[in-house]
Amino acid sequence: MSNSNQVLLGIENVYRTYVDDDDNKVEALFDVSLEVEKGEFVTIIGSSGCGKTTLLRLIAGLDKPLSGELTIDGKLITGTDPGRGYVFQQGGLFPWLSVEKNIATGLKARGVYKQEKDLVQEYIDLIGLQGFEKAFPHQISGGMAQRVAIARALINRPAALLLDEPMGALDSFTRADLQDKLLELWAHDKTTMILVTHDIDEAIYLSDRIVIMTPRPGRISEILTVPFPRPRHRGGVEFLTMRGTILEKLHLATALPQPEYKI
Amino acid sequence: MSRTRLPNKYANAKFLLRTPFALAGFAVAILVNRVFPQIANVEIIDYEFPGGAVLNMNQAYQLVLLALILLYLIAGVYAWFDPDRRVRYLNRVPFRFAMGLALAAWDITGTKLLMLPQPFFPGPAKIIESFLMEGDYILQNTLYSLRLFAVGFLVGVVVGVGTGILIGWFARVYYWVFPVLKLTGVIPAVAWMPFALTLFPTPFSAASFLIVICAWFPVAFATARGITSTPKSHFEVARTLGAKTSYLVFHVAIPHAMPNIFTGISTANGFAFTTLVMAEMMGQPGGLGYYINASKVWSAYYKVFASILVMAILFSLIMWAIGAIQGRVLRWQRGLIHE
Repeated sequence: MSNSNQVLLGIENVYRTYVDDDDNKVEALFDVSLEVEKGEFVTIIGSSGCGKTTLLRLIAGLDKPLSGELTIDGKLITGTDPGRGYVFQQGGLFPWLSVEKNIATGLKARGVYKQEKDLVQEYIDLIGLQGFEKAFPHQISGGMAQRVAIARALINRPAALLLDEPMGALDSFTRADLQDKLLELWAHDKTTMILVTHDIDEAIYLSDRIVIMTPRPGRISEILTVPFPRPRHRGGVEFLTMRGTILEKLHLATALPQPEYKI
Repeated sequence: MSRTRLPNKYANAKFLLRTPFALAGFAVAILVNRVFPQIANVEIIDYEFPGGAVLNMNQAYQLVLLALILLYLIAGVYAWFDPDRRVRYLNRVPFRFAMGLALAAWDITGTKLLMLPQPFFPGPAKIIESFLMEGDYILQNTLYSLRLFAVGFLVGVVVGVGTGILIGWFARVYYWVFPVLKLTGVIPAVAWMPFALTLFPTPFSAASFLIVICAWFPVAFATARGITSTPKSHFEVARTLGAKTSYLVFHVAIPHAMPNIFTGISTANGFAFTTLVMAEMMGQPGGLGYYINASKVWSAYYKVFASILVMAILFSLIMWAIGAIQGRVLRWQRGLIHE
């Protein structure tokens, strides 16, 4: 939970439609409003096609809303900014750069590498990849690659880190490991975290608040606060109760007909 | 070596037993040249060199064979200390052995018995004689070729990469220039020879121009494709990290295009060799292609072979150098399996 109730990110009545491959108009985001406080860990969860990635891309400035406003610190978001780091689903490391050079990308792109190059080693230590500095992305595991992608985004000291299903492609052991690492980094940098996922356990384990989105049209159906403190026990009663609640809400949200009887 | 290998107590013995065969073939060739009687009527001329050394073609040929033996002996000693190099060396032993025997057979049929149709197929010693007769002239022509190749190829690659980047990056340039490139790119560069020879002030600049355009097209084509195929996600990652346009071009698009650029360069390399030799044969005052033509007029086919031999060595060295640069630039690809 954040100590200061200062709003970092404001999303107001945002709409976004696009045309899909079959020329159908898809309402990816329909009247979406949300406020995220400084230092908060917010997870956006929902089935595929609910517009969660679209929303994250709008926050990053990689895409523009059809109508409505997105603001950061009260200023309108008009494009990408190193103050909002983005971690892509498949990491998107540059295959031609070594681990340390991938991490240094932000510093070089902003032209501050000379002054701040000590940060590179600091973040390599932080993600526990000492000894892999010179390795190329294809030589390290998927979990390591995602840690590098996170470090690469964090080295710019962004106000917010946007994570688009960064653990989607990992096995469950690596995933649990990376979730703990993410909490550690969150504690270290006090960065506001906005995570998109379809993993309910991940959402409960990590978040202060969970935003549930529903598809067609993509809208926020509910915002839940996770009421119990960290570190959370994945098998704990509160955890499982909350899991049941969310499952139920997502189940309702997908608007599938309830079975009336069971054979 | 950190690699674990099954201990093989016979490995050393195996290597020591087989290595001599890499050298034995050439030793046989030397022996044949020395011992086999000169039955056919072939004139053996002594060439005098500054410093008082006197060599005939058989002695020079034996020296060359001796040099090959020394070369492969050193390579064998070098290979001894590394398991991977040992495997590669042993792999080449049968070929080297056969090469030596083939040289011996060629020597017998070509020089000793004069069984091959003359003057088209001289023996190996006769080819080596060209270097005794006019080694400095061959060197001069080699340097001419090398200079022509270096100028034309380097300019062609630089211009090609430049055009490729422009085509790949700017949609407008792509629209207007790419179709022209596709159309003109299929024309062999030598087809422009009549224009080149009339429009350029010197034969050298005309030939350089031909090599430039023959290298330019494949490099530009491959570079453009490498740039346009850069995944959107790479650009998006870079932008969220604070990259501006110049960074996207020079640190995202161009590195991504590097493998394509090198594919283009090796294609261009092959074209450039062909264009170089053809241009030299058709209107240059020097060069290995010129030397072939000039020798052919006098039916000195052994000199033609000498020129071809120099080309084989020179072009192999150039390709090896380009390969080494490529391996260095693209070392991030090592061990990467392409999806």
